[in-house]
Amino acid sequence: MKRLISSMAATALVAGSLVASIAAKAEDTIKIGILHSLSGTMAISETTLKDTMLYLIDEQNKKGGVLGKKLEAVVVDPASNWPLFAEKARELITKDKVVATFGCWTSVSRKSVLPVFEELNSILFYPVQYEGEESSKNIFYTGAAPNQQAIPAVDYLMENEKVQRWVLAGTDYVYPRTTNKILEAYLKAKGVKAEDIMINYTPFGHSDWQTIVADIKKFGSAGKKTAVVSTINGDANVPFYKELGNQGIKATDIPVVAFSVGEEELAGLDTKPLVGHLAAWNYFESVDTPENKDFIAKWQAYTKNPKRTTNDPMEAHVIGFNMWVKAVEKAGSTDPSKVIDAMIGVSVANLTGGLSTMMPNHHITKPVLIGEIKADGQFNTVWQTPGTVVANEWSPYLEGSKDLIADWRAPLSCGNFNVKTGKCGGKS
Amino acid sequence: MLRRLTLILGLMMGLIHFDAPPARADDAAIVLKRLATDNYGEIESGVTALAASGLPVSEAVLNALADSRLSYRPSDKAIFFKDASGKWIDAATNVVVNEQPSGLKPVKMNNRVRRALDAALGSMTLLSTDPQKRMAAADAVFKSRDANTLPALDNVIAKESDAVVKQHFEEARAAVLILKSDASEADRVGAAEKLGQRGDQDALALLNSVTEANATANIVAAASLSAKGISRRLALLSAAQNAWYGLSLGSVLLLAAIGLAITFGVMGIINMAHGEMVMLGAYTTFVVQEIIRTKAPGLFDWSLPISIPLAFCVSAIVGLLIERTIIRYLYGRPLETLLATWGVSLILQQSVRSAFGANNREVGAPSYMSGVWDLNGFQITYGRLWIVLFGLAVFVALLGVMKGTSLGLKMRAVIQNRRMAAAMGIRTPLVDALTFALGSGVAGIAGVALSQIDNVSPNLGQSYIIDSFLVVVFGGVGNLWGTLLGALSLGLANKFLEPIAGAVLGKIILLAVIILFIQRRPRGLFALKGRAVEQ
Repeated sequence: MKRLISSMAATALVAGSLVASIAAKAEDTIKIGILHSLSGTMAISETTLKDTMLYLIDEQNKKGGVLGKKLEAVVVDPASNWPLFAEKARELITKDKVVATFGCWTSVSRKSVLPVFEELNSILFYPVQYEGEESSKNIFYTGAAPNQQAIPAVDYLMENEKVQRWVLAGTDYVYPRTTNKILEAYLKAKGVKAEDIMINYTPFGHSDWQTIVADIKKFGSAGKKTAVVSTINGDANVPFYKELGNQGIKATDIPVVAFSVGEEELAGLDTKPLVGHLAAWNYFESVDTPENKDFIAKWQAYTKNPKRTTNDPMEAHVIGFNMWVKAVEKAGSTDPSKVIDAMIGVSVANLTGGLSTMMPNHHITKPVLIGEIKADGQFNTVWQTPGTVVANEWSPYLEGSKDLIADWRAPLSCGNFNVKTGKCGGKS
Repeated sequence: MLRRLTLILGLMMGLIHFDAPPARADDAAIVLKRLATDNYGEIESGVTALAASGLPVSEAVLNALADSRLSYRPSDKAIFFKDASGKWIDAATNVVVNEQPSGLKPVKMNNRVRRALDAALGSMTLLSTDPQKRMAAADAVFKSRDANTLPALDNVIAKESDAVVKQHFEEARAAVLILKSDASEADRVGAAEKLGQRGDQDALALLNSVTEANATANIVAAASLSAKGISRRLALLSAAQNAWYGLSLGSVLLLAAIGLAITFGVMGIINMAHGEMVMLGAYTTFVVQEIIRTKAPGLFDWSLPISIPLAFCVSAIVGLLIERTIIRYLYGRPLETLLATWGVSLILQQSVRSAFGANNREVGAPSYMSGVWDLNGFQITYGRLWIVLFGLAVFVALLGVMKGTSLGLKMRAVIQNRRMAAAMGIRTPLVDALTFALGSGVAGIAGVALSQIDNVSPNLGQSYIIDSFLVVVFGGVGNLWGTLLGALSLGLANKFLEPIAGAVLGKIILLAVIILFIQRRPRGLFALKGRAVEQ
């Protein structure tokens, strides 16, 4: 209800007043769309990604652009309003004639623009970790699929912390629900009993965590080592961690591993009581590689803010953008159909000292890093996969999707090919 | 792995049960070298070995590790730590190094190392002179259940004079004994009783792990008797705890809604920008804390008392401006007021976003607001306690203003009969403006309190606006007591529904119940009687 009112009003306001696209300067530029919310609830996360894209385009132009032409950013504001995402996407492709778009954060926003990109045959780069169970010809997923984040994190806790009892706590929407379904199936496959798994959902922006934290504490004192796997989203994290600190739950007793808490979220928190709690990502700002140091230095110089943090979805945009540039050069054209074909197999350096490759399922290979929160709000990498991990866009642990694969190379060219029935299309 | 374990065990046995030979510098170097690595497993075993080694330097080294002051030189695996004055000390020789050795890397920590460290420091600080530290040590032993500490525990129990600390020591000893298969039956039965006295979740978990497989029938009987007692106690405790959570949620709702009880409840303005007044109060707190942090760090504990009047002024002035420039032209047109104030709320949100950025801002808790007050298992966090008291204080103060001041008298007069009041010489436009400013200012004060428990972000207000309206409508429009009762009953109902139905369903049920309630009693819990109602 609250969301409905807010989105209605926001639509009215934005549609009336905001014409954010920068007027075209010259005919011979290549236009890139940036579709991130700059107002509304998701602005907290997405504004940084818009800045990242502006920075990347600026850097590329300094190197002479692409195919001898300068790049030009077209920024629009979908205002955290899911239907507006689709409208703005259509506007970007048909009116502004962008050749590729970088954008979206929440899964609902991606689902809302997906038909637009397929209908108009354009390209979207989606930079956030998500629940999987999707592969579109027109979308390149540069964030992590569940097996590139959630499952390695659970493995780490099982092996290194000897965790036997699990609390799966999440915000009540599609990403946590699907991720928890996959994790529950995975844990049960590993021999964890149903009574050792507690699943808890809370509304968006939940701020009173007293009862739930007390429940977790109770669940965790049954004599078996317990951990919390948190898919709690956005704003609800701060009061959650504050309450953990208040009730004296230390990471040495019940560690919390989070999939949506990064450097940006920790910036608004006193992190001393949180030392030792974990996060699983494919990148941390504290990663000690020359590529990363170089990136942070340039980024902070660009934003003129020596304290500006970096985070995982930013790295995804860096990788996605560099891949797009490489694919365009390989194809010799910015035409989306040619670029889509040229993308598969493109490899670029990621910021953690390895190479990420675009696979035929339109997901990229990534290393998985587990970090513990330090007192200064950064992460200390305590574990890392030896190489990169290939994404399982269709989870092998879910009944409906275990027989599906995605492969966008000709002749298969299918996002949901059923290996049992040998047919393309539909869940089994 | 197994070999290393036996080695450590052997080392510990040897050093604890027989008198250790006087440690030499090279002994120290050998044990310390084990910390000079990137491998967490080795650091962990190194910590345990160091604690068991009895080396004089070990306590200083382990404390340095706990405060992340410990480093090593990868070239020769020498360990150095910084002391309180910032001097570097070579741990093997315990000699101050004049300049910082080059190429140092910090010894890294993870949760396993941290646990080993807690246990190690626990067993080493049992003899500390500070009773607080002895208690913490006892609790560390309770958690680690390290059988090697038994002789030390027996020793300190005999010496301890402080009854509370002694109780903790005895509980720690019981935790070690209850699952120790070679302890005597009498000792283990005694341990079960001792754990029964402790009466918390941890003790219950320990008692529940006693089964026929690892104990005799007598021990199992004693353990299950104690466990039953604890379970009964915990059930009572959890009901009391839930009531407290409900009260504390209720006081948050009260704080958020009480300003609206004036602007909406008393004046009848559907003020959608109410939440943003709360947000402005929270940002005022942030700004005050930033200034204090840079200019006068000593005053940090006073940041909230200083913020309260400032937040009131900021929100009241903004409220006054909104009333004078927009709302006064829209009295009597609720739909337009709703849309206009909604627009104002979006403008305020976006201006704050532009000025402070979209990210959350950190508002720290003063020392008196952090920590837990443990009443025999019934836990009250100080932060929540202060908010409950503060909410009630604001309510009483506001009631005082309405009932006891000339402004309050005029407000009530204007509400009851505007034209009569105007005829008596009251300047009703001025009273309207001041009433709206008062409501907004009170919302600002609420923002100071909410900054302690929620995100300080531009969206702060949005998350409270619906709840606030719910409280005011449920409690009865135009009645402060109704708001108090409405807030507290909604808080309690929410917290008692949450464990049964879950947070999401609980909220839905509550909403449905309120809708039904409003159907039966459209004027809420406390209906106003008199002329005002007919209009």
